[in-house]
Amino acid sequence: MWSYFARRVVIGVPTLWAIITVCFFLMRLTPGGPFDGEAPIPAEILVNLRARYHLDDPLWKQYVDYLISLLHGDFGPSFKYRDFTVTTLIAQGFPVSLQNGFAALVLAIVIGVPLGIVAALAQNTRRDYIVSAAAMTGIVIPNFVMGHVLILVFGVWLKDSFVHLPAGGWDDGAFANRILPVFCLALPYIAYLVRITRGSMIEAMRANYVRTARAKGLPFHTVVLRHALKSALVPVVTFLGPATAFLLTGSMVVETIFQIPGIGRYFVQGALNRDYTLVMGVTILSAALVIAMNLAVDLLYGLLDPKVRYER
Amino acid sequence: MNAPVLDIKNLIVRFATNDGEVAAVSDLSLSIGKGECLGIVGESGSGKSQTFLAVMGLLARNGSVSGEAIYGGVNLLTAGERALNELRGNALTMVFQDPMTSLTPHMKVGRQLTEVLIRHRGVDKTTARNEAVAMLKRVQIPEAERRFDMYPHELSGGLRQRVMVAMALLCGPALIIADEPTTALDVTVQAQILDLIRRAKDELDTAVVLITHDLGVVAGLADRVAVMYGGRLVEIGEVHQIFRAPQHPYTQGLLACTPRLDDPATATLVTIPGQPPNLQNLPSGCSYHPRCPYVMDRCRVERPVLTPGVSGGLKACHLDALVQGAA
Repeated sequence: MWSYFARRVVIGVPTLWAIITVCFFLMRLTPGGPFDGEAPIPAEILVNLRARYHLDDPLWKQYVDYLISLLHGDFGPSFKYRDFTVTTLIAQGFPVSLQNGFAALVLAIVIGVPLGIVAALAQNTRRDYIVSAAAMTGIVIPNFVMGHVLILVFGVWLKDSFVHLPAGGWDDGAFANRILPVFCLALPYIAYLVRITRGSMIEAMRANYVRTARAKGLPFHTVVLRHALKSALVPVVTFLGPATAFLLTGSMVVETIFQIPGIGRYFVQGALNRDYTLVMGVTILSAALVIAMNLAVDLLYGLLDPKVRYER
Repeated sequence: MNAPVLDIKNLIVRFATNDGEVAAVSDLSLSIGKGECLGIVGESGSGKSQTFLAVMGLLARNGSVSGEAIYGGVNLLTAGERALNELRGNALTMVFQDPMTSLTPHMKVGRQLTEVLIRHRGVDKTTARNEAVAMLKRVQIPEAERRFDMYPHELSGGLRQRVMVAMALLCGPALIIADEPTTALDVTVQAQILDLIRRAKDELDTAVVLITHDLGVVAGLADRVAVMYGGRLVEIGEVHQIFRAPQHPYTQGLLACTPRLDDPATATLVTIPGQPPNLQNLPSGCSYHPRCPYVMDRCRVERPVLTPGVSGGLKACHLDALVQGAA
């Protein structure tokens, strides 16, 4: 298994390089540049700026220089936040997004998977309909609506009650400030997990081996948890791999609504500002996470299904 | 027949479907004696499996039952999960048709056996392991200790079915229900599995219900045979009587369909013309009348009830006696 792991990590390097390359040239091909503001910058200053950031070099040289600096662990200076390097920006924002994303992930699993099992076991009863309808609602309501609804309810309407929560802001990560954004992040994932778990659990409960387990006189919970659940979790894990990567790199919408200093907002702001290095930095980060999570998923399959083998 | 192990009375199994209710089993009564092997034969959809899934409380969610299935003074159909779970896997066990999918793929074979012993006999893990390995040896699994720690996919179909048989024998059951236990297996392996069941019946005095569409299997193992058609019992009796002189045209048709190597008269394969009945829209009168070579006007309007046949046993047919060798 370790050789499989090592090989997958090695294969991840060219994948990452391809993503970097495509992203690098796509950014440069996009019209506009980092210094195009609403007020035009005088031509002489622009020349100096472009020279300072090596944007007057030929494109291939910029590319090679960028790769070399990456190999030294340097993501370069931000074009927009000029007092900061990209490394500093990510180092400041990523822990915040990581904490919120991880909390949301745990919340989504802890609520979504059991609810999905409950719905599956009560298939086509009222309990199932209520859970499924709630899950569908969670999927169709976009988080920019849900975020504002949460603020309206807990930040405004319940302002004078004991469940009052801050409408936004970070306050150095105070617990009360985290509740609404984490819940808002988790909600669509709870909903998806309910639906996926419900579907795969219904499938698993129909399997012949579950009938065998029932024919052995095992208590119902043993049949469900010991015999049915493990194979039902395969699609759940498949979904959770990329979902984890997206959750941990923060959400532009949620971080903007709740004014959270994470890195989610850099994806969109960086692209709009043509902040080449910042966009590259967050792209590389999330690409690396996606690659890592896909590997984690493949390793988890081995735990769920003994037929999975990692030799050669 | 001695005191019955299982006594089924007026069993009705219905399924709620989108097109309305379907009666998979209608008004079926039969009993199985201690140490007896009862063969149940019939085409696909004749209700033979559903009858015994109902008895074991293993029907699909949309199924409902009425009637009685008495085991040890308890009506299994109304006993409830808790009471059923005391009996299932313990006194009443089942061997299923498809060994490839009937074992939990992510659990080692051994644990799937020991959990039965731990559940019903309350033994500790070591005892359970020893007993399970002994049982694997008893069903002639080579290298039983090694197989114990294997996953089902590492075993062949024949070995997996042996594991299923071992599982069914672990707690010394009063009744084994074998639902087409050899259908998915090679012919040579079939004979071995049937031999295991026969030995269990002889050595432990276990009653066996053998559900199959293979009359050869029934002939080799069963004491009595029950023939089902369209969810009803159409004939039941001693195996040698029914094979020699079937009293229902459907049984006669089934027997004629069995190819015989030693009889040049059956060089071409014989079939029963027509289709098995649609359970949602059963023919009037006798369900078999559209396919029956002896059909009379009475058969189209009046459903025959089980009556004693000329050679013993019971048959549901308006004919007084069936001409043998005609079909």
